[in-house]
Amino acid sequence: MMAVNRIRNVFQVPRKGETFELRSGLVSQYAHERKDAIQRTIMAMTLGKDVSALFPDVLKNIATPDLDQKKLVYLYLMNYAKSHPDLCILAVNTFVQDSEDPNPLVRALAIRTMGCIRVDKMVDYMEEPLRKTLKDESPYVRKTAAICVAKLFDLNPQLCLENGFLEQLQEMIADSNPMVVANSVTALAEIMHSAPETGALAITPAVLKKLLLALNECTEWGRITILTQLAEYRTSDLKEMEHICERVVPQFQHVNPSVVISAIKVVFAHMKGLNYEVVKTYMRKMAPPLVTLLSSAPEVQYVALRNINLLLQKQPDILSKEMRVFFCKFNDPPYVKLEKLEIMIRIANDSNVDQLLMELKEYALEVDMDFVRRAVKAIGQCAIKIESAKDKCVNVLMDLINTKVNYVVQEAIVVIKDILRKYPGYEGIIPQLCQSLDELDEPGARGSLIWIVGEYAEKINNADEILSTFIDSLEEEETQVQLQLLTAGVKLFLKKPQTQALVQKVLQTVTTKSDNPDLRDRAFIYWRLLSNDPALAKTIILADKPPITSTIKSLPPGLLEQLLSEISTLASVYHKPPETFVGHGRTGADALQKKALEEAQQNARENPIQAAAAVSGGKVTNVENLLDIDFDGGAPASASTPSNDPFGAADSAETSRVASPISGLSANPGGIQQPANNLDDLLGVFGSDGSVQQNNTGSGGSDLDILGGFGGMNLGGTTSPPPSQQGQQKPQMKNEDILGLF
Amino acid sequence: MLSGILLFNQKGENLIFRQFRNDCRPRLSDVFRIQVISNAQVRSPILTLGSTTFSHVKHENIYLVAITKSNANAALVFEFLYRLIALGRSYFGKFDEEAVKNNFVLIYELLDEILDFGYPQNTETDTLKMYITTEGVKSERAMEDSSRITMQATGALSWRRADVKYRKNEAFVDVIEDVNLLMSAAGTVLKEDVTGQIIMRAYLSGVPECKFGLNDRLLLDDTGLSRPNGNKNGSKATRAAAGSVTLEDCQFHQCVKLGRFDTDRTISFIPPDGEFELMRYRATENINLPFKVHVIVNEVGKTKVEYQIAVRANYGSKLFATNVVVKVPTPLNTATTQVRTSQGKAKYEPSENNIVWRIPRFTGQSEYVLSADAHLTAMTNQKAWSRPPVSLNFSLLMFTSSGLLVRYLKVFEKSNYSSVKWVRYMTRAGSYEIRF
Repeated sequence: MMAVNRIRNVFQVPRKGETFELRSGLVSQYAHERKDAIQRTIMAMTLGKDVSALFPDVLKNIATPDLDQKKLVYLYLMNYAKSHPDLCILAVNTFVQDSEDPNPLVRALAIRTMGCIRVDKMVDYMEEPLRKTLKDESPYVRKTAAICVAKLFDLNPQLCLENGFLEQLQEMIADSNPMVVANSVTALAEIMHSAPETGALAITPAVLKKLLLALNECTEWGRITILTQLAEYRTSDLKEMEHICERVVPQFQHVNPSVVISAIKVVFAHMKGLNYEVVKTYMRKMAPPLVTLLSSAPEVQYVALRNINLLLQKQPDILSKEMRVFFCKFNDPPYVKLEKLEIMIRIANDSNVDQLLMELKEYALEVDMDFVRRAVKAIGQCAIKIESAKDKCVNVLMDLINTKVNYVVQEAIVVIKDILRKYPGYEGIIPQLCQSLDELDEPGARGSLIWIVGEYAEKINNADEILSTFIDSLEEEETQVQLQLLTAGVKLFLKKPQTQALVQKVLQTVTTKSDNPDLRDRAFIYWRLLSNDPALAKTIILADKPPITSTIKSLPPGLLEQLLSEISTLASVYHKPPETFVGHGRTGADALQKKALEEAQQNARENPIQAAAAVSGGKVTNVENLLDIDFDGGAPASASTPSNDPFGAADSAETSRVASPISGLSANPGGIQQPANNLDDLLGVFGSDGSVQQNNTGSGGSDLDILGGFGGMNLGGTTSPPPSQQGQQKPQMKNEDILGLF
Repeated sequence: MLSGILLFNQKGENLIFRQFRNDCRPRLSDVFRIQVISNAQVRSPILTLGSTTFSHVKHENIYLVAITKSNANAALVFEFLYRLIALGRSYFGKFDEEAVKNNFVLIYELLDEILDFGYPQNTETDTLKMYITTEGVKSERAMEDSSRITMQATGALSWRRADVKYRKNEAFVDVIEDVNLLMSAAGTVLKEDVTGQIIMRAYLSGVPECKFGLNDRLLLDDTGLSRPNGNKNGSKATRAAAGSVTLEDCQFHQCVKLGRFDTDRTISFIPPDGEFELMRYRATENINLPFKVHVIVNEVGKTKVEYQIAVRANYGSKLFATNVVVKVPTPLNTATTQVRTSQGKAKYEPSENNIVWRIPRFTGQSEYVLSADAHLTAMTNQKAWSRPPVSLNFSLLMFTSSGLLVRYLKVFEKSNYSSVKWVRYMTRAGSYEIRF
């Protein structure tokens, strides 16, 4: 109890002269006082206090038979070695001695810690102990030394190569102990990753055999390492693929979900070449473990769900019988619920759509706004995907509109617009939609309703009245609503020429008062068309629209392939290629230099925009720059502006965010596949979604313009605006969504 | 891989900061505090800022955060954090702020052992407890032991010591099932499944080889493996009648030889000493629901909600469930409630917006009823009530919802001792929800 109290006291506010007190403790003649002082020093270190001044005194305690104390001193050393590089030399002797200690735990501890002391002088003395420990009789020491080679390579690749440590590691893949094998592979893979030119890890048939052998015997984490390497291994030999799949499939039964996901990744990568029947068997075997992943911890579930989403895009029917397991539990965290929704829509088919609709309707009556919106959207996606269910979907949507819950109605209208476009014959519900006119306050919903009015103007008696209510406030509307109003006005005129006054008013207002070039240009184009040849205008503006095939967003095939090879990693969670959020060559030698350079630049940064400019001078890719730019002021994420940033401008790069794509909305803007394909690709090239562009421009409005511009250019000539409207409206929602997440 | 592990309390104070790589800087703890802990709107467990990724898990009153700078294996990161929690619980009983503060030295020691350069190493609790202890291993004593310890920490049998001895050789098997149910307002079952665990406590000498047998349909049915899918469905009912159970999927402790299970579905293993989770399984067919719940809820005008809830026990009259708790959600603007029950006690808990009905002992085949009125206060904006589902909690001994039975547990050891085995079954409520 005394001891407990003593340690607790450390958490209190430091008294003056605490360092002095600690120092006297560290040099005390009583062992227990020294140990206590060391503990308190470590505690202070954790709290972020600078106790580097105690370095010489702590160092005096390094030679001790007490293993616990030794560990604490080592911990301190690792943290502060850099601040006293000269004094570290005093510790070298103890390290070298310890690395020959009869106790394997001490030997391992010494070599493990030496690798973490990133001081040049230490590196010079590491050579000999490392060479010895790599050949140690104890596997525990060997496996620690194997990792230490990776640490050394990070510090000084030259030295590592000269001493032939890489070759030694490669030999250790044949070690009799599975854990040594796993750690050697880990170290080699890390070296390979940071310096591919070393060719550190080459998987030959012999190595493959060793890996498969070790797979069944090593720890769960070692299995993941080996499975990751197996997944990256490319072979064209059918026999080999078969063999790998056969040996890996039993891992589906492992209790650790991350082993299961890794095993699925391997089988998925290698079954491609096998014949259809075999592939089908594997897919059947894959389904139950995938479902079981859903009973793990919510965070793991989330990772699993994001990956299932990817797998389904490639193999849509693996889980088609498992709809029910994706039903949301009331207590699921929101990020899990949203992801489950995404997956349910993907596996919806003729036979399970009734179940799904019942469930979605239930969700649409919950209270969490984001979730409800997604549920409503999902109902629309169902209707578009499964033709036989369209009537039921529309009925459900109409029921929901009757609930008069503001955000439900708005979302429902956006969704109904797509349904109207895909399936003619539902015009009867339009009057009911128009009743909720006054409640619409979101640009997406307003735009959708205006589009509906324009598109079906001939069937709506008071179409001109409806539009004119909007026109009075034209100038205050969001760009996407303005664009819709413009187009709807023109359509109305073409269908009912008696409404000429209205269209003239719109064109007049837009061309003279709008300062948005996209909007103005479109108005001019319409105007000229109408004044030159109304008949031609009719064929262009009222032309048939390309059919909607699906409103479920899918990744472009190239990106999907890339992400499938990244299963279980962060990239697969974000559905973005790793380059977009990871710095390059993190551990390479030149990268270290670059890092130093960057750090200097960071200190000089005054604001994030400048920062980006500065970095773009370096070798970092553009994409990374975009990510490093701050969000525009509205984003709560960047509430800490550099001026009041407590940890200094140096961190400005950290304040930009990669939004976790919970809603999935952020994946791709083109809901309509054909017309938006080029858009998809374009964004695919950017390797990121609209939010990056948003960052770039720094204002929501202009972001819309860019995309609107695309829509207009691609489609203006041949089709009517809905596709472009899609283009405009999605990014807007996306941004809201991303912001909404945080 | 992992660049660092951070532990925070709810206030955002950094309790543990352990960096494993050079790219993990102390100021990252400030970033996490500001961006996640003090940001109420965070809804994702993963957050990437710049090129730094924070993956966090909340447990009791602490945050466990892993920092990565690369395209790390996200599933591994979270699983590792949960393993850290499990370790903490087995070391300190409870892994919360108090425990962390009182044991920070030990936690640093543990982290040093289970992660090297950010790569997870051996995380087996039993092995770690041999050389990382609360009392501190003295170097002299450790000297003789440590070679043995390190052999075990890295060996192919990393989970078992060779020299275990018991006077009486015993093995306890607990089959624990969580039954999940989601029932719609109309009374149709939307989702029912069972996730089960088999926990074993092995007190066996030497290096015993165990074989474990269940009434697994695929095993009992010789042709099961080669049978095409279509036929399987046809014979489901007959199989159930014959007393076998279909396991949708199973996972095993790392001691189980997965290769053997894959070829002939025998579960064969050399158990760790003491308690461990031998396997987990999932079943979705022929689930016996222990309770049938009938819910009628009427919203009378805007000021009153009437409840009629009947719970019927579907198991044999000799069994009884304990700690049955029925949670009945009430609207947020409930002012007072009147509750009548035929058994047990019911109480309105305003903080949770629930009427909580507790029945300490629920005998099989009996039926109990609760009727209640909730009186509502008037509200200016009548927001619709989201009607969360009624949920049940219970535990029921000697009953398995899936129908799973342990058929045998054979122990083979060189010295050929005889051993005593005990089996216990229990069914609990997982998420047992009834909508209304």
